[in-house]
Amino acid sequence: MALVEVKDLYKIFGTNPKRAIPLIKEGKSKQEIKKKTGCTIAINDATFEIHRKETFVVMGLSGSGKSTFIRCLNRLVKPTAGQILIDGKDIVKMGSDELRELRRYKMSMVFQHFGLLPHRNVINNVEFGLELGGMKKTERREKAMEAITLVGLEGFEFSMPNELSGGMQQRVGLARALANDAEILLMDEAFSALDPLIRAQMQDELLDLQDKMHKTIIFITHDLDEALKIGDRIAILGPGGRVRQIGVPEEILSNPADKYVKEFVQNVDRTKIITAGSIKHSGPVLNSIKDGPKAALHLMETQSKSYAYLVDSQRSLKGIIHIEDVIELKKKKENDLSTIVRHDFFTTTPDTAISDLLGTALHTKYPIVVINEDNKFLGIVSREMIIAEVNEGVDESDTPTVFSEILEETEVFQNE
Amino acid sequence: MNRIREIFDIGAGFESIIEWLTEEADWLFDFIALVVEGFLDGVNWLFNFPSAFVIIGLFSFLAWKVAGKGVALFSLIGFLLILYMGYWSETMDTLSLVFSAVIFGLLIGLPVGIWASRSDSAWKILRPILDFMQTLPAFVYLIPAVLLFKLGPVPGVIATLIFSLPPVVRLTNLGIRQVPVEIREACRAFGATPKQMLLKAELPVALPTIMAGVNQTIMLALSMVVISGMIGAGGLGNVVLKGITQLKIDMGFEGGICIVILAIFLDRVTQAFTATQKR
Repeated sequence: MALVEVKDLYKIFGTNPKRAIPLIKEGKSKQEIKKKTGCTIAINDATFEIHRKETFVVMGLSGSGKSTFIRCLNRLVKPTAGQILIDGKDIVKMGSDELRELRRYKMSMVFQHFGLLPHRNVINNVEFGLELGGMKKTERREKAMEAITLVGLEGFEFSMPNELSGGMQQRVGLARALANDAEILLMDEAFSALDPLIRAQMQDELLDLQDKMHKTIIFITHDLDEALKIGDRIAILGPGGRVRQIGVPEEILSNPADKYVKEFVQNVDRTKIITAGSIKHSGPVLNSIKDGPKAALHLMETQSKSYAYLVDSQRSLKGIIHIEDVIELKKKKENDLSTIVRHDFFTTTPDTAISDLLGTALHTKYPIVVINEDNKFLGIVSREMIIAEVNEGVDESDTPTVFSEILEETEVFQNE
Repeated sequence: MNRIREIFDIGAGFESIIEWLTEEADWLFDFIALVVEGFLDGVNWLFNFPSAFVIIGLFSFLAWKVAGKGVALFSLIGFLLILYMGYWSETMDTLSLVFSAVIFGLLIGLPVGIWASRSDSAWKILRPILDFMQTLPAFVYLIPAVLLFKLGPVPGVIATLIFSLPPVVRLTNLGIRQVPVEIREACRAFGATPKQMLLKAELPVALPTIMAGVNQTIMLALSMVVISGMIGAGGLGNVVLKGITQLKIDMGFEGGICIVILAIFLDRVTQAFTATQKR
């Protein structure tokens, strides 16, 4: 079962908002509804699931209702209609006592502008949530120190928030959210107020933390690059609070659901997102146990290659064999291909971005072999495949023009 | 026109309200007078009982701790000057009046200010009342105060309290309303009850603004206490009043200097307290 299930969620701001729902269902536009009822739609019929221990990113431009959405999840904002099930319990129907329990022990939140208490020092800010829950002083101190160590703020426990830089302040915000050991971490544009360098650093640290802690993170951002970097799955919110697409980063890049998403992802540097694992092809492969020189020559001939990769029966990579060595071997009337194996080629792991492969691919004679951590042969990535992939996202009108065409055009122009 | 005025006579209406109160709610005002008098006597004893030098020492030390060397030195010289001029007990009387009026003012003003910050409709009702309280000439308060509480220090405290109340209500309301939305949201997101939010976040964050209100209230109270010398509240107000009515220029001037010294001391110390809170 998914940890968080959102079903038919609507949030409409304005007086008597429920009357706007039938109008939405009739397919009236946002502007029409605004004119007729004075209501503004923030979330329009959102339905999806968030799984345990994943990082789910909700991405949208300003006005897409993403902040409202995250506030619905801990009921800082009350949804107009629909259900939000957390562990099967509908939080939309919860009373204030139940909600307080949920907020104290089940989920915590990190804010865009940190939301720290200016009159408290770092450690008192970090233990704020624990203090509200009524935890004893010594115990909450201990927990707060753990959280402070986790985010790398040791030595700053007794600083005041206004003595810290933005990045450090957000670490305090993060430590505060981690201190109560909640299962769900809500992050509302947590890094958007930081400058780009610090932002990238915080993203890396969040990924590291997540590797250790395995929380369920729900992250809101307006920055697609951030979404692609952090998210296991991404939901794209369009204007009017409608969910346009949900999927893993590659899906969203390769198969945009509609024109809106397509325009959105157009400017992304695909080479940083597309991985070796996703574009790998099968290559010429020989089995060191059963294949001999004859099989090798036949394979190379049919695939018109001058090389093949040698694996054992577990598909563990042994090396590369060259056609001239096979001919030599055949002349000597020997059969064991593993005697002529060579190791002068490059390998990579499936989750390497192709931008990191491009430099190598342009110089190497042989395709780069994709292997996993057990040395298992998964496929190959050639220079041509990388270039084709990079080319895919390119806008046709911006590609270079052949010089002769330009000459022709100017001649025509002059003749007129 | 005159016929209408006969029916809707504003001044006479107010008069009949006060008359009704003096007759029917007599016991209430007696009770209030009892409480205020008891408190005032206690405070008065506290300031007048120790030797003047002990009090001067304490005040200078307080000024030094809160506001620094300059203010401490000023307080030391200023209070010694008051002692030298022979108005020590009058100054302490005035300080007791101010202190009592401000304490009662805070007891009323802080909760009202918090209430106003919580509810827009409460604020809408309160605002014109506060405007009215602040702009009505100070002397006008003296009349009902005298009618309800007779003459003496108690009506002085009551009139002062009413006149000086608005700033603390206004600035408590403003301070709490200015608490950033994200801080409120953070409190709620971590499961704060409304009471926890008020005590642990809103009031501490609003404290510098509230302290500015307290400072203003003290200053207004001091100015009103002098005016209430007219109804026999005693203290420096009496000295100044005597100076005016009997054309004793020296007395009026000396009384005035005492008030200025007291005002500067109170202002600097409370202001410094506001600043330390901000840091």
